[in-house]
Formats: sequence, C-alpha cells, structure tokens
Amino acid sequence: MRKSDAFLTLSAVLLLLLGASFADAARGLVREEPALERKAEMVGRLGLTDLVLFTEARYTRHPSQADLHSAFQDHPFAMDHFPTGSLLPPPILKGRP
Amino acid sequence: MRVWLNKQRNLLDFSLSSLSRRRGKTLGMLTVYTSIVFVLASVMLFSHAIRREAATVLAKSPEVLVQRMVAGRHDLIPARHLDAIRGVRGVQSAEGRLWGYLFDPAAAANYTLMVPTNPRIEPGKVVIGDGVVRVRNADPGDLMSFRAHDGSLVQFKVDHAISRESALVSADLFLVAEEDFRRLFGIPAGMFTDLAVSVRNPREVGKIAEKIDAALPDTRIVLRDEILRTYESVFDWREGMLLVLLAGSILAFAIFSWEKASGLSAEERREIGILKAVGWETGDVILLKMLEGLVVSLSAFLVGYLLAYAHVFHLGAGLFEPVLKGWAVLYPKYRLTPFVDELQVATLFFFTVFPYTVATVVPIWRAAIVDPDQVMR
Amino acid sequence: MIHLSDVRKAFNQGKANEFWALKGIDLSVRAGKVTVFRGPSGSGKTTLLTLVGCLARPTSGRVRLRDRDISGLPERFLTDIRRSTFGFVFQQFNLLKGISAVENVMIPAYPLGRDRNELSERAHALMASLDIAAKAHSNAEWLSGGEAQRVAIARALINDPEVVIADEPTANLDSERSRQFLGIVETLKASGKTVLMTSHDPLVCDTAVVDHVVSLRDGQLVESR
Ligand SMILES: Nc1ncnc2c1ncn2[C@@H]1O[C@H](COP(=O)(O)OP(=O)(O)O)[C@@H](O)[C@H]1O
Ligand SMILES: [Mg+2]
Repeated sequence: MRKSDAFLTLSAVLLLLLGASFADAARGLVREEPALERKAEMVGRLGLTDLVLFTEARYTRHPSQADLHSAFQDHPFAMDHFPTGSLLPPPILKGRP
Repeated sequence: MRVWLNKQRNLLDFSLSSLSRRRGKTLGMLTVYTSIVFVLASVMLFSHAIRREAATVLAKSPEVLVQRMVAGRHDLIPARHLDAIRGVRGVQSAEGRLWGYLFDPAAAANYTLMVPTNPRIEPGKVVIGDGVVRVRNADPGDLMSFRAHDGSLVQFKVDHAISRESALVSADLFLVAEEDFRRLFGIPAGMFTDLAVSVRNPREVGKIAEKIDAALPDTRIVLRDEILRTYESVFDWREGMLLVLLAGSILAFAIFSWEKASGLSAEERREIGILKAVGWETGDVILLKMLEGLVVSLSAFLVGYLLAYAHVFHLGAGLFEPVLKGWAVLYPKYRLTPFVDELQVATLFFFTVFPYTVATVVPIWRAAIVDPDQVMR
Repeated sequence: MIHLSDVRKAFNQGKANEFWALKGIDLSVRAGKVTVFRGPSGSGKTTLLTLVGCLARPTSGRVRLRDRDISGLPERFLTDIRRSTFGFVFQQFNLLKGISAVENVMIPAYPLGRDRNELSERAHALMASLDIAAKAHSNAEWLSGGEAQRVAIARALINDPEVVIADEPTANLDSERSRQFLGIVETLKASGKTVLMTSHDPLVCDTAVVDHVVSLRDGQLVESR
C-alpha cells in the first residue's frame, strides 16, 4: 500500500473517531438530561449553592458563600496553603458595595 | 487538477518517507506533541464541562442569600431580620437556613451539615452523601456519633444515602434535623446561618438586594447571579494551577518549535539543496516541509484530542484527581456530563496545528532560497 | 545548442576574498554530442557546469539555450528549464540517505505530478537498463560507489532530459567501472542525449565516444578540440 494512502486512511479513521466523539457527546447529553434535571431539582430543594469539587477548606467548598477574606483570615499576609485555592477565583461581586 | 492531485500525493508520499527515515526524532516529536495536546484538551474539556454543569444545575440555587457579617466574618443571623426582609417590596418569601461544616475525626474529612426543610429529617436520623458513605463505609442503619459543642455525644442513625448520580452537588452532605443541628453546635433558637430570599420578579433582584442592604447594614448579600458567575470562571485559564500547566506546555511547545525553527541541521540543508538541484522549486520544498509538519501536527491533534475525550468523559479524568483533590480526604466520584464546545475544539485545533506547521516552514524558507549550486561542491 | 559568450563568474564579489573562477569563456556545446571539460583541480570546471546547467547565473556574459538567453532569468524559470532540460549526476552523487534507491530515482519527478504507477514503472525500467534493478529497494547509503553512481544516473534520466551533466564521473571509480560508465555514456549518446562532463582522467578524454574536449586553466579556455 502506498504510504500516502495509509496515512490518508489513518487520518480518515481518526477524523471519523473525532466525529464519533461529537456524536457520543451529543448522545451523552441526551442521556444525562434527566439526571441533570434531578440534580437541579435537588439544588433547588436543599438550597445548595456550590459544587462539591474541593472539600478541604470552607472557602473552596463553598466559594460563592465565602466572605472575601476567608482565605486570609488568620493573618492578612497569610499565604493560601491549600492547592485547590489556586484553581478558584475570588467570588465575583456585581458592582455593588 | 489530476496533475495537481498526483503532485500532492507524491509529495505526501515523500514527506512520509522523510519522516520515517528520521524515525526516532519523528516519534519523539509526535509523543511530546500528542501529550501537549492531550493535556490542553483534557483541561479544556474538563473545565468547560464543569462550568456548563454548574450553570445548569446551580440555576436553581437560592435567588438571594443574606449573611450577617461581624468584624469581617460570616456570623449567625437573627430571625428578626426575616421580618425586615419580608417587609421589602417585591420579596416573595424569606426563610432561615441552617448549615455549616462538621469535621469528622474518624475519617479526617469535612462534611457539609445541612438542615433541609423539604422533606424534613427525623431527629436522630441522617441522610448522607455518597462521599460520606465512602469515607465512612456507612450503610443505612449504621450509627455515627459526634461530640457536640458541650462535649456531649450526639448520635445519628443513617437513614439512607443520596444517590451517587448527584455526587457533584451532594457528595459531602450530611442532612440532619433542626434540633440535632442546634444541639450539636449550641445554636440557640432564633438564630440561622443565613437567610434565603426569593423575589417576585427576577428582574428586580438587584433593586431588592439594594433595599435589603439598606435596611440591614450588617449584612452581605449574595445573588444567584454571582454564584453562577463564580462558577463561570472556575478553572479559568487565569487560575494558578491551570496557568502553570498551560504556561508549562506552551513554553515546552515554544522551545520545541524554536528548536525546529533554528536547528535546521546541515544534513537537512544539504537535502534541500539536492531537491532544488534536481529541479524542485522553492515552493515545492516548502510544500513538502509543510506536509511533514501537517502530518505530525494533525496526527498529534487528533490522537491527543481523542485520548483527552476518553480520559475526561469515560475514564473519570483520573489524571486530574491528584490536583483537584488537594489535601481533601473526601473527593466526589462523579461522571461529567459531556458538554463539548465545538468552537473551543476548533480553536484548540487552530492553536496547535497552525503554529507548528508555520514553525516548520519558516526555517525551510530561509534554507530554500539558497543557491542550488552549493550541492555541486 | 548551448552557447556561452564572455561568461565570467565571481565568488564573494565586492568582498576582500573576491575570486574570479571564470574569466571570459566563449563556448558552444552541440546537441547530441559528448563534451568533456578538462583541467586541473580548481580550474573552474564545476563552476562552468553550474552555469551551463542553470544551477547558477554568471556574474557577467550571456548563456543561451538554443535561442533563449537564460542568463538573466529569475530563479523560477531557471528551475523550470533545469527540470525539463538537464539531468545531473553530481560528483558526490548526492543521493538522499534513508530512503530506497528507487525512491531516490523518482524524486525529480514528484513535483511534476505524474502518476505514481507510471513513474515507478519508469524508474524500475531505468534501473534495469542500468543493471541495478536488484538494488532498487536497498537504502541509498548501502550502495557501493558504482551502484550509487548508476542510481544517480537513473535519477538524472527520470524526467527524460535532453542534456545529462556529470561532474567528475570517474573520479571515484576504478578503471573497470570507469569503462562501464563510458559504456553508459555511449548508450545515452546513441539515444540522442547531449552529454556534458568534467574530468581530468585521460581514460575519459581519449575515448572514442567523446566528441569534444575543452581544456580549462585558471578560469580560462586554453584549448578546445
Ligand atoms: N562558493 C564559492 N566561494 C568561493 N570560491 C569558490 C566557490 N566555489 C568555487 N570556488 C572557487 O572557484 C574555483 C573553481 O572551482 P571549481 O569550479 O570547483 O573547480 P574544479 O571543478 O575545476 O576543481 C576554485 O578555486 C574554488 O576554490
Ligand atoms: Mg570540480
């Protein structure tokens, strides 16, 4: 087989797989739709405010509820010593006092 | 057309031959490149999926939350504030919430304690999230006891566990009855953690927040919008770890392309000279090298992206776990909903394939304009 | 077929190490004949070949191919002429390492967009006619000097050029192989090709197949017969 044919075939297969990954994602979305709704319903019922991504510190467990200085509450110059703190932005306030 | 097509295929054949005769270098390049694409694509898919999931699921969070601040810290809020809030025009309802954190010495993990109002939990019972189930090996009917604020023992009987499906919002939950909550922490009746407010007209939420703020100067107000925004930027590219990761791979990539760009070996120069001497135009040589670059970068992109897709959505993003876990003991096991942004994928494609291909061509351009008579020497 | 008038070539012109490799050459190469440039090392033979073969342009003077003045043409056109008119056999053969002999032979034809199967057939036929069919799939760096030269000749012929140019073709060969090479030159001439080569080997210059010998010394013509 010609080298270029081999490569083009391989690329075509990979492109097909790429297409398949999009299809898989679309199917996954449809499949997860009810689960998403159940989650949203639970959030509404329990009044949850945050995702359980990082449970190590209060301000990473509930970043949207943390007061502005919780990361520095021990001392104004205290360094953030939880690794996941670096994955989060400070809560974003909407131009209100 | 026919001729043109034949030419492209002939050149592709030849570029594949050229790549395969530098097998070690080519494979090394492919590996580095593929892993860079893999890391970038994994981060991209993961963070996009998390953000979209947060936006979808947290859309049902409380519209307005009122916290009391004392000396810069979040403090308990008295029930009488509820009346003040209910008096603000446009407020539909206001309720006190009780929640907090509980450190479990047995598992060395932090739980989120919460008192649900619908349905209420019977005193002495607890409903636990999937993460709690896993760190404590707890089954329905098991007893869990904790020391209350005054040293007395408070015992809970596990009623049931929350399904794993919702772990992303519930893994560390520990749902108890109001009496138990107050007893555990010594919170007197009439005090709450914060107040949840719902409004009649969502468009007036900003106005209402202002009014509450004016009526209750010792409070801080968190809007649902702000919660959603917080999650819009979680795992944003600016965030430390990701920045380091991205900067690292981009730097590696830059060094790597630079090496290619500057390090045109004498051997490669000679070959370009030979090609030109036997009748290749400068354009043909550049096309050849572009094809070489394209073969490598296209394969790396496709393979890297597909691996990343499988990693994030089918293998639970295992490689990120150590990073995301941090010091946490309780780490939720969740399956991400496959939100994929095609535009983002296209951007990734553009930023990985295009610069590399250009980087391979630039030095060739310089070399390809040398006189072909050099090869006669 | 090819006419040179008052051709001069300088290297590093305008710099301290300026060097005039050719100092006014008038010369005609006739179609269908075998011409040899003879002269001691450094006399400018290779430089002259690069000018005739459109690999380089003269510093001054004219090079005409048939009725066309090619000394002032831009690079693109020179490449075109070079590809269609000349086939080169370099002194060091200049085969590409790591790929097979037959692929080396096909390289000059790739940009022309010819059909791969035809091309491959032609390459194999050429190699068979040069008696190296057995080596078609060996990598270029495994070939002996004589084999490599014949692969280089096949490569020079793949685009069916009118003129074959060979620089010092016998310099790396023993007399037996040199005679074989001259045999090949004979068949080339018989098939109507013009052959141009450089050599200081009497074995080459005194063979019957050679029609013209042009002698060079210090960048000037000293004798032409
Ligand atoms: N690129 C170059 N730069 C400077 N000098 C050159 C260059 N190429 C050839 N020369 C000089 O031109 C002269 C003629 O070289 P060449 O044509 O290769 O001679 P021959 O092939 O007869 O041995 C030599 O003295 C050589 O050093
Ligand atoms: Mg020479």
